[in-house]
Amino acid sequence: MSTARQAKGRSSLFDKKIMRRASIDALAKLSPKTMMKNPVMFVVEVGSVLTTALLIANTITHHGHFRFDLQITLWLWFTVLFANFAEAMAEGRGKAQADALRLAKSETIAYKVSKSGAIEEIPSSQLRANDVVRVLAGQMIPGDGEVIEGVASVDESAITGESAPVIREAGGDRSAVTGGTRVLSDQITVRITSNPGETFLDRMIALVEGAERQKTPNEIALNILLAGLTIIFLLAVVTLQPFAVYSGAPQTVFVLISLLVCLIPTTIGGLLSAIGIAGMDRLVQHNVLATSGRAVEAAGDVNTLLLDKTGTITIGNREASEFVPAPGITDVVLADAAQLSSLADETPEGRSIVVLAKQQYNLRGRELAHLNAEFIPFSALTRMSGIEVDGRSIRKGSVDAIAAYLVEHNSQLPGQVRDVVEVISRAGGTPLVVAENGRALGVIHLKDIVKGGMKERFDQLRAMGIRTIMITGDNPLTAAAIAREAGVDDFLAEAKPKDKMDLIKREQADGKLVAMTGDGTNDAPALAQADVGVAMNSGTQAAKEAGNMVDLDSNPTKLIEIVAIGKQLLMTRGALTTFSISNDIAKYFAIIPAMFAGAFPVLNALNIMHLHNPESAILSAVIFNALIIVALIPLALRGVSYRPMSAAALLQRNLIVYGAGGIIAPFIGIKLIDMLITALHLA
Amino acid sequence: MSLNGWLQIALFIALILMLAKPMGSYMTRVFDLRDTGHRHTWLDPLLRPCERLLYRLTGVDPDEEMRWTQYVIAMLVFTAATLVLTYIIQRVQQWLPLNPQHLAAVAPDLAFNTAVSFSTNTNWQSYTPETTMSYLTQMLGLATHNFWSAAVGLAFAIAFIRGIARREMKTLGNFWVDLTRGTLWILLPISIVFALALTSQGVIQNFHPYTTATLVQPQTVTTTGADGKTTTSTVTTQTIAQGPVASQEAIKMLGTNGGGFFNANSAHPFENPTPLSNFLQMLSIFLIPAGLTVTLGQMVGSPRHGWAVLAAMTILWFVGVFTCYWAEAQPNPLLHNVDQHNSYSLQSGGNMEGKEVRFGIADSALFATVTTDASCGAVNAMHDSFTPLGGLVPLINIMLGEVIFGGVGAGLYGMLIFVILAVFIAGLMVGRTPEYLGKKIEAYDVQMAMLYLLIFPLIILGFAAVAVLMPHLGLGSLANHGPHGLSEILYAYASATGNNGSAFAGLNANTHWYNYSLGVAMFIGRFMMMIPMLAIAGNLAGKKIVPDTAGTFPVTTPLFAALLTSVIVIVGALTFFPALALGPILEHLLLHVGHTF
Repeated sequence: MSTARQAKGRSSLFDKKIMRRASIDALAKLSPKTMMKNPVMFVVEVGSVLTTALLIANTITHHGHFRFDLQITLWLWFTVLFANFAEAMAEGRGKAQADALRLAKSETIAYKVSKSGAIEEIPSSQLRANDVVRVLAGQMIPGDGEVIEGVASVDESAITGESAPVIREAGGDRSAVTGGTRVLSDQITVRITSNPGETFLDRMIALVEGAERQKTPNEIALNILLAGLTIIFLLAVVTLQPFAVYSGAPQTVFVLISLLVCLIPTTIGGLLSAIGIAGMDRLVQHNVLATSGRAVEAAGDVNTLLLDKTGTITIGNREASEFVPAPGITDVVLADAAQLSSLADETPEGRSIVVLAKQQYNLRGRELAHLNAEFIPFSALTRMSGIEVDGRSIRKGSVDAIAAYLVEHNSQLPGQVRDVVEVISRAGGTPLVVAENGRALGVIHLKDIVKGGMKERFDQLRAMGIRTIMITGDNPLTAAAIAREAGVDDFLAEAKPKDKMDLIKREQADGKLVAMTGDGTNDAPALAQADVGVAMNSGTQAAKEAGNMVDLDSNPTKLIEIVAIGKQLLMTRGALTTFSISNDIAKYFAIIPAMFAGAFPVLNALNIMHLHNPESAILSAVIFNALIIVALIPLALRGVSYRPMSAAALLQRNLIVYGAGGIIAPFIGIKLIDMLITALHLA
Repeated sequence: MSLNGWLQIALFIALILMLAKPMGSYMTRVFDLRDTGHRHTWLDPLLRPCERLLYRLTGVDPDEEMRWTQYVIAMLVFTAATLVLTYIIQRVQQWLPLNPQHLAAVAPDLAFNTAVSFSTNTNWQSYTPETTMSYLTQMLGLATHNFWSAAVGLAFAIAFIRGIARREMKTLGNFWVDLTRGTLWILLPISIVFALALTSQGVIQNFHPYTTATLVQPQTVTTTGADGKTTTSTVTTQTIAQGPVASQEAIKMLGTNGGGFFNANSAHPFENPTPLSNFLQMLSIFLIPAGLTVTLGQMVGSPRHGWAVLAAMTILWFVGVFTCYWAEAQPNPLLHNVDQHNSYSLQSGGNMEGKEVRFGIADSALFATVTTDASCGAVNAMHDSFTPLGGLVPLINIMLGEVIFGGVGAGLYGMLIFVILAVFIAGLMVGRTPEYLGKKIEAYDVQMAMLYLLIFPLIILGFAAVAVLMPHLGLGSLANHGPHGLSEILYAYASATGNNGSAFAGLNANTHWYNYSLGVAMFIGRFMMMIPMLAIAGNLAGKKIVPDTAGTFPVTTPLFAALLTSVIVIVGALTFFPALALGPILEHLLLHVGHTF
């Protein structure tokens, strides 16, 4: 799905509608109040206003060199407009998405359940947090909330774009529902968790539209650098006039402003905010919502990825592959007890035990209801589950949990069983010990299946300097075996939520940035603590609020893509900054000889591009400076191409492409433009 | 250019690169603080008691750690106090001993100018020392500043390194301790040995009155008095100045101060008598700055980073010396009727104007490059007499911020500002927010770095632009016009702002306008750059250190050295290229079509 969406995004990069809207927005952005936020382009705008005023004055008094002055003035305005257009283009895609989302936000009727139990019809816009509503099949869920009763299949395509319905049920980690999604079957009672205007949909619209967009820390720092460079070049140009007067070759304001605009980093200055918006947009294309640009930057900086084993590294489910009985127990007895204890266990592992017992020993699954049994669900505290039936007390769980259980029953785990557990663990399997009435029956071998291609991805991450840590509830031996098979750098075994939190804090104390995914309420503190916390959309409201990103596809592997997008955003910024600054060398060689060759023909020695005449040289540099912004819009919006490799290799590659390229490209570009305008007799 | 010349240049850099490690390791031992205090050095038995005594006398608590602001305030207090002391000594020198020539009190404005100049490590000299300063003034007022201003620079560089190396700390060390240890352990011992070596070459060290010698060949001199009358007189005697030169000469070079005991500076035979003394003087300029790169690497725990910085410096040094030597070794294009056969046994082999015969072109070009790479400013040849391109090299060296080895301490911290800039510009290209040796470079750091970088164009270009706009004040004292005149003005402000102190002598800077504006330039160029620099250090010290991984921006590779070199050249060149195009570059091009200025 997400690939389909990406493809759509790519094809619409230069969508006609977006371009038309962006052209209009580019004009609106000329307002000085907006321009002030971008010091580099503001200087260009002030320059354009100055030359325009002077052009008018000169026309009235018949001074100046109208044809040249007019062209310079026009191209200066184009420079500002092109930069505005780039930003508007980047925003345009978000705006188009926001429009689509607004459709889902249409007013609906909410069936509010009052304290007395009576149902009252009110417009959804009047719902407040903690109101309780009932939603029937076919109805739109009126606001964000938590399912407190019932289970239903919900169509969330308005938010996720995914058409397959998802299950939402009370309790557990799949209780969160989003306003604007539709219940397809059954009915649920929902406790509303957000006030109007603060719903997930509202936040999402604001995010993709960029309305709340604030400059990220790195963007602020980069802006300071660009403003500093602008001041330096302003000083260089302002002081040049006295030197020129001293040398007997005073310059016109048009020429001086042309030089200034060519020198200040307009390329990166004009594209900087577009790069940031496009980065956020790329995340949206991947169905990930980031609450702030800061989180996207942090994703690029991540040193440590905490990945849950299940669903991320291994395909969600472990499967029972073997029953190993304890001494003196037949395998049929073990299989029978295992099957019994798993009947009510709806986890895939539980089901696979039932299935294995049926396949190997032809033991039929019995209906729980007929058995008059009490099912003991798995709890994180006891780490066991089991069943009480006909005086039989069957437990299954991790080796430590069962051992402790046996000790409670004045018994203990036989050494042979421990050996079996060890063998299974070493092989990467999960041993599940089964005990009945205080006696160990044997071990179920659950096998983990590592997803294909994960090893290669971890290798790539390692090359990028990112350490992956697998988080698992398994015992250390099992964890080590899977970690080895999957190729992660480290693992945290028998992890409880607090361990995860401690691990994050430990890593952060070393100065590292940590990214993780989570969905349950007990993940919430860790999600909040992590530098990049990606909550699954299927998760609880608490998890979604704690993290700084939400993955609408609820795909934990996406963390790797998120890191790549963060890195790509930062690389694009760096590449265009380097390119922009390197460009200046050629511009000097175009403009400086053109300025002074009239007074000192010997300075033509610096005209190494052999530009036609001084006017064509200056004009070519200004035109190149304006057009390069347009030429780089696709790069700014798509991001520079990115393949995982070490920082040293990346730096070398990008320095050659954008550093050396940035030095050479304008020499060629300015020369070509000069030839063209000479041929057209424009100068 | 000759093989002999290149061999000397090669020997020079080989020795510098060889000395960097022992020198740097020694400085690490002097400054590196462990939990148990400073590390042991072999001079400790002699110097520790002196150090302790000094602290006891001055009431300094050596264990007190300072925040960056406290560190700056301590430095300002110290500089102000020593500045006033030097001013007073100059003003009352006629009543003090060691004044065999009975020199009068120095005029107030000149005394002030000189005090500022020496306390900022500039050593711009608006006066002729041998006719202005008594021996006591030279020793107590000026030579002491040579030590102190160098020790201050050293202390600040060390404080900056600590800022990078420390993790989540608020302090940078103790200014008084760093100042004391830098002086006692580093500057004093080397200066003593170096002064002795110089005397072996003939540098004088005495308190004698000036010697009067009878000329073998009497000279006839015609002078025009203020009333327009011309008088002709025959000169039969010459006064030869004397003094305690060697002791001041050593620290003048080692501390990259550059203020000569005599007006002719290191071109004077009593300051710099032989090619060997000349060679040692050049070595001593680069000795501490080169060593500091090693100290940097060791104290931040990345020795290879230190080498990368040293490599960038060496590349820039080589480009400078090559250009300068090449330009000076060219035959003068205007002398096309003269046989300028480039045979070195017969001819000078290029432009010998303003150069000492005992040094020749190679050693003069090398000295000019080295003295402006560092903020030394001592000269053994007249930079004003260099060819346009040959003179462009010292000018650009200063304009780039004197970071090519650079002044004692100042060169390293100036270089580190460029490192931060390079890391910030290119760092993003590895897909992480910029970080330098594990420290994230954020808005505050960039802001301070840009403040630092703004000072040079603001002061140099700003003052020069004002100067050329004022025909009487700015241009009135200019000996040469056209592009060469512009070069002279640019050089004066670059030299003052960069705390270099050398001059393109065609400009008479002893006017009210130049004394004041250059004084301001020296002040701002020293303190307005030190403060933002240390602010960065203070900010960095408080940050966490992100561990080094394969994803970390590499600051130890040849690629990084190349990047750093490019950033320095591009930022420096982009800032000053327009002005230089109308100065030395235009002069060079005009020279080749027959115009001189």
